[in-house]
Amino acid sequence: MSAVPQGGRTLAMGEDESTQGARRHVDAPFGHALARLAADNPAIVGLTADLGKYTDIHPFRDAFPNRFFNVGMAEQNLVAVAAGLARTGKTVFATTYGVFASRRAYDFVAIGCAHSNLDVKIVAGLPGLTTGYGGTHQAIEDLALMRMIPNLVVIDPCDAVELQSATEAIAAYKGSVYMRLPRGQVPVVLHEGYRFEIGKAQHLRQGGTVGIVSTGMMTERALDAAAALGESGVSVAVLHVPTIKPFDARTVVAFAAGVEHLVTAENHVVSGGLGSLVAETLFNAGVTRPLTRIGLPDRFIECGAVPTLQARYGLSLEAVIGTVGSLVKGAS
Amino acid sequence: MLRNSPPARADFDELRRRAENLRRHMLTMARGRGQGYIGQGLGIADLLTVLYFHELRYDPANVQWEGRDRFLLSTGHYSIALWAALAEAGVLPVSELSTYGADDSRLEMSTLDTTPGVELIGGSLGHGLGQGVGQALGLRMDASDARVFVELSDGELQEGSTWEAAMSASHFRLDNLVALVDCNGIQADGPVVLDMEPVGEKWRAFGWDTQDIDGNDIPSVVAALEAARNADGKPKAIVLRTLPGKGVPRIETSEKSHFFRIDVAQWEGIIAEFEQSLEATR
Repeated sequence: MSAVPQGGRTLAMGEDESTQGARRHVDAPFGHALARLAADNPAIVGLTADLGKYTDIHPFRDAFPNRFFNVGMAEQNLVAVAAGLARTGKTVFATTYGVFASRRAYDFVAIGCAHSNLDVKIVAGLPGLTTGYGGTHQAIEDLALMRMIPNLVVIDPCDAVELQSATEAIAAYKGSVYMRLPRGQVPVVLHEGYRFEIGKAQHLRQGGTVGIVSTGMMTERALDAAAALGESGVSVAVLHVPTIKPFDARTVVAFAAGVEHLVTAENHVVSGGLGSLVAETLFNAGVTRPLTRIGLPDRFIECGAVPTLQARYGLSLEAVIGTVGSLVKGAS
Repeated sequence: MLRNSPPARADFDELRRRAENLRRHMLTMARGRGQGYIGQGLGIADLLTVLYFHELRYDPANVQWEGRDRFLLSTGHYSIALWAALAEAGVLPVSELSTYGADDSRLEMSTLDTTPGVELIGGSLGHGLGQGVGQALGLRMDASDARVFVELSDGELQEGSTWEAAMSASHFRLDNLVALVDCNGIQADGPVVLDMEPVGEKWRAFGWDTQDIDGNDIPSVVAALEAARNADGKPKAIVLRTLPGKGVPRIETSEKSHFFRIDVAQWEGIIAEFEQSLEATR
């Protein structure tokens, strides 16, 4: 008799686990924002490489079928075609998964787009550990790879409000961008009036003992962990850094100077991404604080249910509360 | 000199004279360096001559003119040929050619798009055709009648991205796109290391209108480009069989002509040889 394991299961490719908490969700915020922008901006063109319905660009495709091209399963060509379109004056949004945009099409992003700073926006689904499909689909090192490319703006939005605002901001910005994509039912974490600005960090919660510098989906976890720890008397500040490049070093340094212990939280390997960036920045500025980096380990991650994997690798809310809480207990 | 459309009839004497000038410019540039991709440059001199002095529409005084035809040199290391053509066409000053490959020169050993007349950062092989597909799509969206010409090499056919682009061009029915496949039989490690024949059949199988010609015969190049104007919903491929070092017997016969090194002192002999071979064919 074979044992049936208890707990979660890997879902179908287009399905995502419902996120924790009772927050309101927005359906496909990227695609709807892009369709709204395109109504006023005829230069916007959409591209995908056989992942149109999995990267939320379908609202744009349905509204502007003559400005949408599906190049098939060919990510190098996706980025090359985007670059060519940009050279004829188009503002191109090209969607695929982060693993394919980074690992497979890297030379095309670097030399084809960023070298000439062409007006290409690469919008990359399944960032970090948001799929149970294992190493082939989990873009766990994309931020590190992409931030090494000169000229390229690199963004990891945290929620539906920021994703819509960032889509507007990068459409208005003339240049090459890599943006991670939260897809499907995306939670609303920030207040509705929030505006994303390229290169600007956002101080979301005041506090004094521990400061969490977070990006992407980990900002929701950071805010929830800070609230939970606050109820037990621990003062936790949160600085949200949606733009990995250009990096808001000044705000990060000032934030670090105001806390006793610093934590970074990212949906990405701890080396090369936000954690490394904060360490470099503080060292350069001569500011030292004990630094704990929350993120993925230096290994390929297995298949499984996303909640199972996020808990196993320290990204779940409970794990973040545990990591941050232990710092305070250790200090007292 | 704005060229709004190719002339109805080619002036072959003029084209031959221009091709000689392009080769002279290249030898001048290579003499200054003592080395370079002179073999490949001489091999595509006839193609670039027919493009810049017969087929392409462009304005040398305004290289950003929106209605221009685009020429993308995917093999950026053949820059020596592009600089020669752009100088002969009046886009770049001939006097600048002697700076080829020198520090801070705009005339780099491999093309950057910051130099006037360059439509692509070439050199990372496998990029050109995909960018050409994007440009052809963009021009068609704008209802422009400008066309896109992409030079790529036989060695470059080994890059998978070239075939990704080839598939998409026929899918999108880009009859405003012309691939100019320079088959000179050499690549970095020597004679073509992976047999790509039959080259023409591959392009046909990918849905391209394909011609296979002698790329050093100017009338053949003119005729092939004229046939490629046919707006039948298919992208156009012209497979050009070219001879590396064409026009300079000593380079034509060199086994090392992928990257040619020669003593500076010997250049005078090479240039004399070139002029003599011109006399012999007149």
